[in-house]
Amino acid sequence: MMSTAASPERKRLHPHKFAMWVAMGAIIMMFAGLTSAYIVRSNQENWLEFSLPPVFWYSTIIILLSSLTMYLAVKAFKAREMPRYKILVTLTAILGLLFGASQFFGFFYLNGHGVQLLGQGSNPAASFIAVIAGLHILHVLGGVIALIVVFIRAYSSKIKRYNVTGIEIVSTYWHFVDILWIYLFIFFKLA
Amino acid sequence: MSNEAVLHANVEGATAHDAHHDHGEHHEHHHHETFISKYVFSMDHKMIAKQFLITGMVWAILGGLMSVLFRLELGYPDTKFMFLQDILGKWWVQDGRITAQAYYALVTTHGTVLVFFVLTAGLSGTFANFLIPLQVGARDMASPFLNMLSYWFFFMASVVMLSSIFVETGPFSGGWTAYPPLSALRDASPGSGRGMDLWVIAMALFVVSSLLGGLNYIVTILNMRTKGMSMTRLPLTIWALFFTAVLGVLSFPVLLSGFILLIFDRNFGTSFYLSDIFVNGVGALPNEGGNAILFQHLFWFLGHPEVYIILLPAMGMVSEILSVNSRKPIFGYMAMVGSLFAIAILAFLVWAHHMFVTGLNPLLGSIFVLLTLLIAVPSAIKVFNWLTTLWRGNIRFTPAMMFAIGFVSLFISGGLTGIWLGNSALDIHLHDTMFVVAHFHIVMGVASMFGMFAGIYHWYPKMYGRYLNNTLGYIHFWVTMAGAYLIFWPMHYEGLAGMPRRYYSYSAWESFKQFGGLNQFISTVALIVFAVQILFLFNFFYSIWKGRKLTTQNPYGSNTLEWTTPIRPGHGNWTGEIPEVYRWAYDYAKDGREFIPQTTPVDPNETNH
Ligand code: HEM
Ligand SMILES: [Cu+2]
Repeated sequence: MMSTAASPERKRLHPHKFAMWVAMGAIIMMFAGLTSAYIVRSNQENWLEFSLPPVFWYSTIIILLSSLTMYLAVKAFKAREMPRYKILVTLTAILGLLFGASQFFGFFYLNGHGVQLLGQGSNPAASFIAVIAGLHILHVLGGVIALIVVFIRAYSSKIKRYNVTGIEIVSTYWHFVDILWIYLFIFFKLA
Repeated sequence: MSNEAVLHANVEGATAHDAHHDHGEHHEHHHHETFISKYVFSMDHKMIAKQFLITGMVWAILGGLMSVLFRLELGYPDTKFMFLQDILGKWWVQDGRITAQAYYALVTTHGTVLVFFVLTAGLSGTFANFLIPLQVGARDMASPFLNMLSYWFFFMASVVMLSSIFVETGPFSGGWTAYPPLSALRDASPGSGRGMDLWVIAMALFVVSSLLGGLNYIVTILNMRTKGMSMTRLPLTIWALFFTAVLGVLSFPVLLSGFILLIFDRNFGTSFYLSDIFVNGVGALPNEGGNAILFQHLFWFLGHPEVYIILLPAMGMVSEILSVNSRKPIFGYMAMVGSLFAIAILAFLVWAHHMFVTGLNPLLGSIFVLLTLLIAVPSAIKVFNWLTTLWRGNIRFTPAMMFAIGFVSLFISGGLTGIWLGNSALDIHLHDTMFVVAHFHIVMGVASMFGMFAGIYHWYPKMYGRYLNNTLGYIHFWVTMAGAYLIFWPMHYEGLAGMPRRYYSYSAWESFKQFGGLNQFISTVALIVFAVQILFLFNFFYSIWKGRKLTTQNPYGSNTLEWTTPIRPGHGNWTGEIPEVYRWAYDYAKDGREFIPQTTPVDPNETNH
């Protein structure tokens, strides 16, 4: 039975793309671990209640916008409109950095309103926000670095490489960290 | 995309990357390799496998040596080992006796190193790297570059962990599970300061290494199989390594999240795990609102899958070796795959059985009892299939086969005590006693070590083109087999009598005096078993240069693809085309033929099975 079953060669996903999907699974597990720790802890005593900094709304808008520019950048790349692509990728990276900055404003806002995030006397409720959002910022920064790498790659080699795989992988990742933030934002709002 | 094209693209991608670093001196052809590119920063999966193996062996020796040292203390608490003091110095040995802090440091480092560096990196790092491309029919991993990084992260983790042994205050000494507050408070014990800093850095690097490796293994298995190699034609080794990688990729990140919170508690004054603590000499701590049990949840959510990460590769290799050396198809191939799958799923649903006595809600506890005991079902299926594979087989008792059979024996013995522990009512008595030590050493420690030995003896000719010495192999097997049972079997009785684990001295208990002789006996056997491992080490390195040469491509009459490569395969594995596969891996003793390699097309007159 097993030995006679024929298996036609399938068109397979590019292995590097596939690797990205598996890596996203791993990242999801990390944040799932952290957010479930948050839930477990929040059900116990001595849990500080406070509302999220309003600037997080701006963060959300910024990262959504960056997903849009990312999407357009890939489109431009596929259409070989390199100048447009250049602008859009740069814009995406800048929006990514802006996102990080806006998150830091949020952290300072909390600290300024008596919600201490880290250090002596901090409540885990606030520390969780700092750690989880902080880790997410690191993931966004990783995306910015990846953007810079594919950007340079597309221009450094003598023969122009119109291979979309690299930029497609980065864009998948970019949308992923975007959705991750949306999840975290809703989670913090509700939990 | 075909395999060839993918590999080509990879080599291109990886070398383009190289070019940024060292101005591309050696990136033109990987045919003429320098010493550095061949042995050090190699991207050949076979070389990376050997790097994992040898680093793992170094750790096995160091970790084994540590256990010999603390066994000396347990077996001979009244004997003065002055020579040890001369070698190790005052911090470790005083008045000829291992100090209490050294004892805890040794137990902790032994556990950490054996679980993660030897039986995870050394075992799945070695064999996933070596066997996956060879047995699925690929020229290399999906990303040879990430694969190389995976080894070097492991190497860095090793260096950091090793350095922690030499810091003034000693390595971390709070147990391999690193529970807070010992792991979270710098002042809690000597090892909780610098030692724990290094421990947690080493482990974070290790997690990165495992993730990079696991990613590659999964993608290679799913994406780079040769023509005709459907999933149901894969050898069981590959299935096992696949589930191992999936477990790792899904559970290590959770451990990492636990470590991250720990790092914040240690360095940034947060209170994730800390509350209401008073430290001698320091006073009451300001930390409020933390929960130490939270760490246990995060830890064991990895910790339990981790034990299967250690065990599954051994299971896979044992299945393959038993079948090849019984000259019979593996019994119940699909049941084997199914039970691997069931184990992988259940592995995520039982972590709280390590926490029955943490004040867990008894109702929740009984759910975890049920789920835990369910693991016995796939485990029993596997044992049944191994035994039926052996049944009436035309058995060749090679050293690899001996270790594989030994594995089955150990897995049965240790699995049965798992069923005891899985019942929360019994575990209240048995938790943190020597019974647990006996359980997990037999079922995981020794059994997986046997799987690893089986794999080494079996695939050594493929790795080095020479054989290991068989006589030394048999001595190695019998002494280790007998020794393993003699060391760990008596610990069950100690545990049943209530003797706790991880204690430096039992002299305060009248009730454990009766075990004085037994402890001496255990320690002596441990010493002998350790000595025999040195014999194996000698065999291993001697045979690399002086062993009997392999003269045929397929010495065991195996069906799997690795034996279709040249005797000493280069980077790329096959010189010509990658062979096509027409059948599963277990056509042994079929239609009167002893074996039919996977590359043999199906004859229209062949019987179905
Ligand atoms: C039928 C199967 C099994 C059952 C029901 C089972 C159950 C248990 C339970 C309940 C404990 C906790 C004991 C305690 O701390 O009080 C335990 C400990 C442990 N088990 Fe198993 N087990 C099984 C198989 C295995 C296997 C296959 C492995 C590894 C390959 C394994 C590795 C371990 C380890 C490493 C520990 C101790 C961890 C520590 O506290 O340091 N077990 N087992
Ligand atoms: Cu467990």
